[in-house]
Amino acid sequence: MLTIKNLHAQIEDNQILRGINLEVKPGEVHAIMGPNGSGKSTLASVLAGREDYEVTDGEVIFEGKDLLDLAPEERAREGVFLAFQYPVEIPGVSSTNFLKTAVNQIREHKGLDPLDAVSFLKLIKEKMKLVEIDQSLLSRSLNEGFSGGEKKRNEIFQMAVLDPKLAILDETDSGLDIDALRIVANGVNQLKRADNAVIVVTHYQRLLDYIIPDFVHVLYQGRIVKSGDKSLALELEDKGYDWIKDEVGSLV
Amino acid sequence: MKPKAVKADIASKLVDKFNEFEKELNGHSKSPMHTVRKNALEELKSNGLPGPKDEEYKYTNLVKSIEKHIDLDNVSNDSSLSDSEVESFLFDNEDANIIVFINGLYAARHSKIISPVSDLVVLDFEEAFMQHPEEVIAHFGNYAAKYKDPYASVNTAFSKNGAFIKVSPGKVIEKPIMIHFISDTRQGIPVYYPRNLFIIGERSEVNIVESFHTFGDQPSLVNQVTEIVVSKEAKGSYYKLQLESDNAQRVDNTQIHQRKDSVFNTYTLTFGGAMVRNNLNIALEDPHCETHMYGLYLIKGNAHVDNHTVVDHIMPESFSNEIYKGILDDKATGVFNGKIFVRQDAQKTNAFQSNKNILLTDDAKMNSKPQLEIWADDVKCSHGCTTGQLDDEQMFYLRSRGISAESARAILLHAFAADVLETVKFEFIREHLDRIIHERLH
Amino acid sequence: MSKDNRVLEEITTSEYKYGFTSDIEADSAPKGLNEDIVRFISAKKNEPEWMLEWRLKAYHHWLTMKEPTWPNVKYPKIDFQDIIYYSAPKKKKKLNSLDEVDPELRETFEKLGISLDEQKRLTGVAVDAVLDSVSVATTFKKKLHELGIIFCSFSEAVHEHPELIKKYIGSVVPITDNYYAALNSAVFSDGSFCYIPKGVRCPMELSTYFRINAANTGQFERTLIVAEEGSYVSYLEGCTAPMRDENQLHAAVVEIMAEKNSEVKYSTVQNWYPGDKNGKGGIYNFVTKRGICKGDGSKISWTQVETGSAITWKYPSVILKGDNSIGEFYSVAVTNNHQQADTGTKMIHLGKNTKSRIVSKGVSAGFSQNSYRGLVKVHKRAENSRNFSQCDSLLMGDKCGAHTFPYIEIENSTARVEHEATTSKIGEDQIFYCNQRGIATEDAVALIVNGYCKEVLNQLPMEFAVEAQKLLALTLEGSVG
Repeated sequence: MLTIKNLHAQIEDNQILRGINLEVKPGEVHAIMGPNGSGKSTLASVLAGREDYEVTDGEVIFEGKDLLDLAPEERAREGVFLAFQYPVEIPGVSSTNFLKTAVNQIREHKGLDPLDAVSFLKLIKEKMKLVEIDQSLLSRSLNEGFSGGEKKRNEIFQMAVLDPKLAILDETDSGLDIDALRIVANGVNQLKRADNAVIVVTHYQRLLDYIIPDFVHVLYQGRIVKSGDKSLALELEDKGYDWIKDEVGSLV
Repeated sequence: MKPKAVKADIASKLVDKFNEFEKELNGHSKSPMHTVRKNALEELKSNGLPGPKDEEYKYTNLVKSIEKHIDLDNVSNDSSLSDSEVESFLFDNEDANIIVFINGLYAARHSKIISPVSDLVVLDFEEAFMQHPEEVIAHFGNYAAKYKDPYASVNTAFSKNGAFIKVSPGKVIEKPIMIHFISDTRQGIPVYYPRNLFIIGERSEVNIVESFHTFGDQPSLVNQVTEIVVSKEAKGSYYKLQLESDNAQRVDNTQIHQRKDSVFNTYTLTFGGAMVRNNLNIALEDPHCETHMYGLYLIKGNAHVDNHTVVDHIMPESFSNEIYKGILDDKATGVFNGKIFVRQDAQKTNAFQSNKNILLTDDAKMNSKPQLEIWADDVKCSHGCTTGQLDDEQMFYLRSRGISAESARAILLHAFAADVLETVKFEFIREHLDRIIHERLH
Repeated sequence: MSKDNRVLEEITTSEYKYGFTSDIEADSAPKGLNEDIVRFISAKKNEPEWMLEWRLKAYHHWLTMKEPTWPNVKYPKIDFQDIIYYSAPKKKKKLNSLDEVDPELRETFEKLGISLDEQKRLTGVAVDAVLDSVSVATTFKKKLHELGIIFCSFSEAVHEHPELIKKYIGSVVPITDNYYAALNSAVFSDGSFCYIPKGVRCPMELSTYFRINAANTGQFERTLIVAEEGSYVSYLEGCTAPMRDENQLHAAVVEIMAEKNSEVKYSTVQNWYPGDKNGKGGIYNFVTKRGICKGDGSKISWTQVETGSAITWKYPSVILKGDNSIGEFYSVAVTNNHQQADTGTKMIHLGKNTKSRIVSKGVSAGFSQNSYRGLVKVHKRAENSRNFSQCDSLLMGDKCGAHTFPYIEIENSTARVEHEATTSKIGEDQIFYCNQRGIATEDAVALIVNGYCKEVLNQLPMEFAVEAQKLLALTLEGSVG
């Protein structure tokens, strides 16, 4: 589904990603972990197409297409979804109106007719249950005045509505209490199918108690320095990141 | 728009006065400094003084006020101030550089400079021109002319004395510089034109405090211009404490030029005067400048205080923040006009402005005109402006705890002024201000 | 950046869709203005002597006035002798019913989306259509008549209701008020008159649609709305013009009189031809709009969506004379290419407990200049007055300008006046967020701008709001940069 080869990226003149290689197949859950500043969020941003980052080398193939060639909205329409670490507030734009626009533009891209108001509302209602989101949030301006937890839940709710092939959760656990974390994780798990995939970007192992990864990768200094199964996450939780640093340090 | 000449007689009287002034200069009338003066006089001749139809003087009819209170043919700058009288105006702080001007003339015997000369040069403007002619002429009139206030031209035409301050590059002047301008009105009606030039060198730091006082009950007219150059990476603050009598007429132009990575704070604090007009213009000429403009006017009686400020963002990524607060009692009138310009190159500018006023009586007036003019798109600018009275709920809360209405009012007004006062860095100035405000509010 | 430029290039080519001209025979006055022209206009309309005298008085006063130059707009000097002051679609006889309206003219209004056929209208909107200078048709007359509501062309009102016109014309905007109001008073050719009797709630929206058609013509219409005690009316005004290379002058006057406990809601969607993308042509829209809340408890609310005109210069104002009266001003002004707008309001608080609210949203793109200019004045006797003003500007691109000139004059200590203004641009992160959800950049901009203007658009009646939203998107197409 997704193949990342030797991906290098920088912001201004800071090289952040220094050769990432990653293969994600349908039905898989990958966790990307690493200490602060290792490039986790950069990777998520680059995959979603944030223009602040310049890709200096490597390639990203998604479903046979060169992802780096596509505009952010085209990536989204192809099925890449980023749950933002800090969802932006857009005053005056209702969540419903916003989502309807998104849904219908994605449908148009797929050659489907736009959803009418009734079917759209039906879809929304169905997905709302997944993340236990309150209807009142939808009539409010997008993310405006939402609590941290509400923002994150809104992200997962949008993911449910847009039904992506590949979801990238960027530090979705940060700022969530245990109940909210459980709700978010539950939502993600229910959306899990054999034909889609999830990349969980996180600093802590906590979220991985709820979203069980098939693979865990450790990102350090812009490279994946270690990969393993979920036991690696537990090991990291146990020992911290220092031993990885030491291990890498001894390699260099 | 060109100011309209409403009262040709004041302007033409000033032209006559200039001829007298020129004769007194004894041979200095050929100097390059005098050429600048003569050019300024020509501007006055062609533009006249602004009347109430002039947008910039719409709410402040200074010409009328001068006409009514000041007889230009009957001016006297004589003074009979005794040493103890002068000292009564000084603040309780020995640990400062002190400069005193009496009716516009430098009073050397009352002045003392304690910072070393290698760090700080302080001179009377006239003397500075003799000692550092090139440096003075490089700056003199260069900045004030840019903003074309007709009163600044009048000052330039008559400029002779004032404070010249030069801070050497890289020097931190820890002792504040206190400049006291005292008007002694007991011998006649003083009219004078202080001209200040402060050159703050690269990476240096200085704090300058001006205070203005009146002795006696007769009117006075002071037309002051201050030009300040804040060089690269310099830091500083500049205070104006306007404490004149309720017969004092004042027009004050301050032009500040900030260069790259400089940080500057200005305080315009007005507690007295019959009619006071302050023009504060700040040009942020380079990227990464930071400027804070604080104002407080606490006035009563028939006082009329007009603050016009301009902050001009010329280059990218500078920051300006302006907070002006007013408390108007009796029949006092306040005017605030704050302009923020963001030029086309000044991307990523952050500019904030706030003007808040409290009217204590129904005879007090406030005219406010915050103004944004923006030609760059990637900017964050905002202004807020409120005029009203004290909050009833807060008053009630304080009173329900046993505080008298009068004290509650004072507490709330003091709290209102706190946004400005709390930023005053020097404790002795803050204490002095607290005392004035306390007296005023009780 | 390069992508944004591409988007910009792709869509700046979008055309002004109302830019057709209609081939209708017109009956015009010769170019220029003098006393004879004023007499000519008055005679054309068979006006009574008092009306002519009023016009002449205005004309003579106009001659003594100077063209104002204080707004923040720039344009070549107008040659007032190069304008045709009267142009009317030729008609053979007085129309008895809508069926007799010239088919070409009917078609013009069909193209504008204004059906004059009453039976076709599903929504209850009564329309008065003004082409060039003359009102051509008013719909729903009969139904309104039953309620005692007068809604007709101004010329008709001069003949049918002279006592009302005499009483109210110039009572809110006197002929001496300003240069363009004086000019309008001298040469106004038609417009709408609306009278809501005591206690009547007008059951439908009243609407006037203005259209300039003939070349070199100035349009000088006059609208007068009188709301008697306890009445209510919502009034809509729409404007379009053909594309022409020359600038055309539109100098209208609107007067509103609100008696005790009455309410008048006046909405405008102004979409005069803005000129082409190089700034050639377009309408000069110099308009005087003012209402008086004369009676206690009355309310006047202005809502405007200004997307058209080469230059817009207007300040719909409210004089809050009655105690407890309310004035509101909601405005969206969008400028693109070389458009200039200097618009805002005046809220004059005279009565006790008066309230006003100002919400102004400016959007500048291209090379345009957009200014908000407003006055809030609280007089000495206006105890407990309240004002809240919010003036926001949004900039798109670095060749345009946004300016805010609020004047706040307070003479009463019990007043509470708050003004806030912000200037910002559409956040790249906001656009990116939309992109990430699959929304194309230009749609994202439309979405965000509509959100930004929502507080104002919400004030518009439903069908106008939809039109206004589309107009916003249309005006801003290609301005992302």
